Amino acid sequence: MSWEAVIGLEIHVQLKTRTKMFCRCAVGALDDPNTRTCPICLAHPGTLPVPNKEAIEWTIRLGLALGCEIAERAVFHRKNYFYPDNPKGYQISQYDEPLCVNGGVGLPGPDGVAEIGITRAHLEEDAAKTLHVGGAEGRIHGATASLVDFNRGGTPLVEIVTDPDIRTAEQARRFLQLLRQTVVELGISDAEMEKGSLRFDVNVSVRPEGSDELRTRTELKNMNSFAFAARGIEREIERQIAIYESGGQVDQETLHFDPNREDAPPLRSKEEAQDYRYFPEPDLVPIEPRREWSLDELRGELVESPSARLERVLAAGLELRDAEALNAEPARVSLFETIRDAGIEARPAATFVLNDVARHEVDPARVDGAELAKVLRERDQIPREAFDAAVAASASEGFSAEAYLRERTVADTSELDPVIDRILSENEGQVEAYRAGKEGLLGFFVGQVMRETQGKANPKVVNERLREKLRT
Amino acid sequence: MIETLRLTAEQAAGVLERGEVSASELHGAYRAAIDERDPELHAFLTTVDEVEGEGVPIAFKDLISTRGIETTAASKILAGYKPVFDATVATRCKQAGLPLLGKTNLDEFAMGSSTENSGFGPTRNPWDPERVPGGSSGGSTAAVAAGLAPWALGSDTGGSIKQPAALCGVVGLRPTYGTVSRYGIVAFASSLDQVGPIAKTVRDCALLYRIISGRDPCDSTTVELPQRVELPEAEDLRGLRIGVPKELNEAEGIERGVSEQVDRALELARELGAEIEACSLPRSVDFGLPCYYLIAPSEASSNLARYDGVRYGHRAQGNGDVRQLYARTRDEGFGDEPKRRIMLGTYALSAGYYEAFYGQAQKVRTLIKQEHDALFERFDLLASPTSPTVAFRLGERTENPLAMYLSDVLTIPSNMAGMPGLSIPCGLSEGLPVGLQLIGPQFSENALFRAGHALERALGFDFVPERLR
Repeated sequence: MSWEAVIGLEIHVQLKTRTKMFCRCAVGALDDPNTRTCPICLAHPGTLPVPNKEAIEWTIRLGLALGCEIAERAVFHRKNYFYPDNPKGYQISQYDEPLCVNGGVGLPGPDGVAEIGITRAHLEEDAAKTLHVGGAEGRIHGATASLVDFNRGGTPLVEIVTDPDIRTAEQARRFLQLLRQTVVELGISDAEMEKGSLRFDVNVSVRPEGSDELRTRTELKNMNSFAFAARGIEREIERQIAIYESGGQVDQETLHFDPNREDAPPLRSKEEAQDYRYFPEPDLVPIEPRREWSLDELRGELVESPSARLERVLAAGLELRDAEALNAEPARVSLFETIRDAGIEARPAATFVLNDVARHEVDPARVDGAELAKVLRERDQIPREAFDAAVAASASEGFSAEAYLRERTVADTSELDPVIDRILSENEGQVEAYRAGKEGLLGFFVGQVMRETQGKANPKVVNERLREKLRT
Repeated sequence: MIETLRLTAEQAAGVLERGEVSASELHGAYRAAIDERDPELHAFLTTVDEVEGEGVPIAFKDLISTRGIETTAASKILAGYKPVFDATVATRCKQAGLPLLGKTNLDEFAMGSSTENSGFGPTRNPWDPERVPGGSSGGSTAAVAAGLAPWALGSDTGGSIKQPAALCGVVGLRPTYGTVSRYGIVAFASSLDQVGPIAKTVRDCALLYRIISGRDPCDSTTVELPQRVELPEAEDLRGLRIGVPKELNEAEGIERGVSEQVDRALELARELGAEIEACSLPRSVDFGLPCYYLIAPSEASSNLARYDGVRYGHRAQGNGDVRQLYARTRDEGFGDEPKRRIMLGTYALSAGYYEAFYGQAQKVRTLIKQEHDALFERFDLLASPTSPTVAFRLGERTENPLAMYLSDVLTIPSNMAGMPGLSIPCGLSEGLPVGLQLIGPQFSENALFRAGHALERALGFDFVPERLR
């Protein structure tokens, strides 16, 4: 039997607003412990939350970028549970009336564009950070003490939940990559996994290909990179298939990966049926986005999504790897497209942007693509050094490929002829041989001229002059 | 020597203004009265010696956060807790120059109707120390009745200002929900809690309400008052339409003496020019109490989760993991009533029960509001007894929580609707004060003050407890 995976993602993104979600403490999870706190985020008696308007606006922008409907009315709920990282005893989150619902993004790949549904995107507050000391590997089990750093507590956090539309580990990786780029390009999050500003869980199940059943899923947690996640998902898919093929059943459980040791087998735990006793947060009033914002205006301010860009770049005929590398920066894509539009083929254009432009640390946003295309077109006609120098200089003010190359290369025959004549007279034997038919010796003469001119001679002119002089 | 028993806040402001006494002399006179009479009454949990401000001194219910001054909500779990910030109402009183006299006793986390649920011992009624002052703001109402403070702040969730005001023979306003900031008020049930003034006269209540009310950016549920607070002047009730809901006036358990005094007050209102007419609030009264006892404990179960011994307040000693620390801290710190309500509320919010309990109660709450709104198309105000009974004896209801809960049966319905209510003393039954409850539509405080003031004049009730005269 042939199997297919059913994968859904739950992604948490910390917003980089200036202040926290419900108090005006500066957001600064990495500052000295417990220096970014106040009575509100420490849950002192009688304190009340006041929502961060910017965080709401950013979540709406993200929702629009993910093709979501923005709710007429969104409500904050209390999610009740006891843990030291949760000082109020409840997290203010959203439950059945989230800000953004029913979205979808195109996921371009080598086989076309898959549509990944976005179930919802909602706004909540991040928990504080607990540190367990005295035990093994910082786990709570066996620890002698737990320390709490409330700096992170109350940071605005957006939770994005996808529909179970993802079919392969590779798609999951690509989706995460695009989502990460989306929030970064919206300017709402650093989305850096190592800093914890982007975190995700993956739900995985498998089913016979073509079936629409949903079998028992497992949840994968704590994976610290997209590549790691892809390998973890891959292995989990294989494990589940193996279980079904040997007649077994998959248990609903959570796989906790060790973020520091990818090779370590994940710890398994039964999914505990937690009752969070959600109820509407009585300290806050419902959000009515359409009363506070013009959604059309916010939509109009959206720039092209990384997904649409990737789709276009792939359509130009590039490999996924190159397309993704270009897509990592919007300016790279525009530069690539300008160069291609100037008549360079897609692949060399992409290679040029990814290798040469990148190697010379040229900011693709500050360079004139049309001029660079001219440099690229001259590549074979000019010395390597001149080409490199031209690329490196291309971001400078008023760069003109023609002027630069003219200045950097010696194309003047009155200057070149004496050099060529001298070399020909010093190498009579080779001249004889050439004239006798060993035309491969042309390269030798060119090399000699280049050495003599310290690489400044225009190879095209040198070639022409040499051919002419050797013919006679 | 300043005699505090009869002095109203307005009169006190007058003597200060005329320079007859200084603010610190006035404060000192109340502090002396506290020293003299509070050992018997136990209205105060904390007293303050420093005189900050040049105005009329005030007492706060001990769930109002005061920077650097112990704030316990009468719970052992907060013993020793000193807030690092002032509640917005405390800030506004400071800005108005009102020096603090102290923090008054209450039922633990405002859960109760007699102040017997205090973790630090009950308060006694100045009219009869064998009886309760009502609750949960019993410390504040007893303090005002006994001349230990000219005015005070209380808080009202199900009737915690109106009912003790009635039982102590003072005036208490439960304001429209959202007109007074809850920032810094130790929360019981967030969608119902509201701070309000307690004083000897309606005008004093209006003055204090003017100071504390209005939108607070720190409390998202507050609004700006649609009109400014007027000090009532009129002595007649001409043109005022008062509805008398049958269910609030004929409810089971209303003492005959209470009904008689309320009827007499309504007769007086008619003589002052009001139109009095019977009406009905069938669902509000039937369903008010049961819905209240789903919504309030549900919110309380969540609001009280922060008392875990980790950051402030009581922390249990001994070894164990974090779960055991929570369990022992909460077991030692909370009294029976908070525990009862945490359990009730946790149950009502549980998966599978939410819709039947909390969800349903919220829907009924909407019905209750609609029923009140409909009556307010015909009437300016509604009237009823505030409490079915006069002050009861200490210990009389402590063994029977349901009997205690019924103390609030007449105040809860309009609270559930978010409507303001004023209780004014309207006479004595068996030598104990009877309260008249006036209820108005949202933001009708000025109408309540006007009617309350005119009736207060006509009734001529002597607010000084007979045994202290």
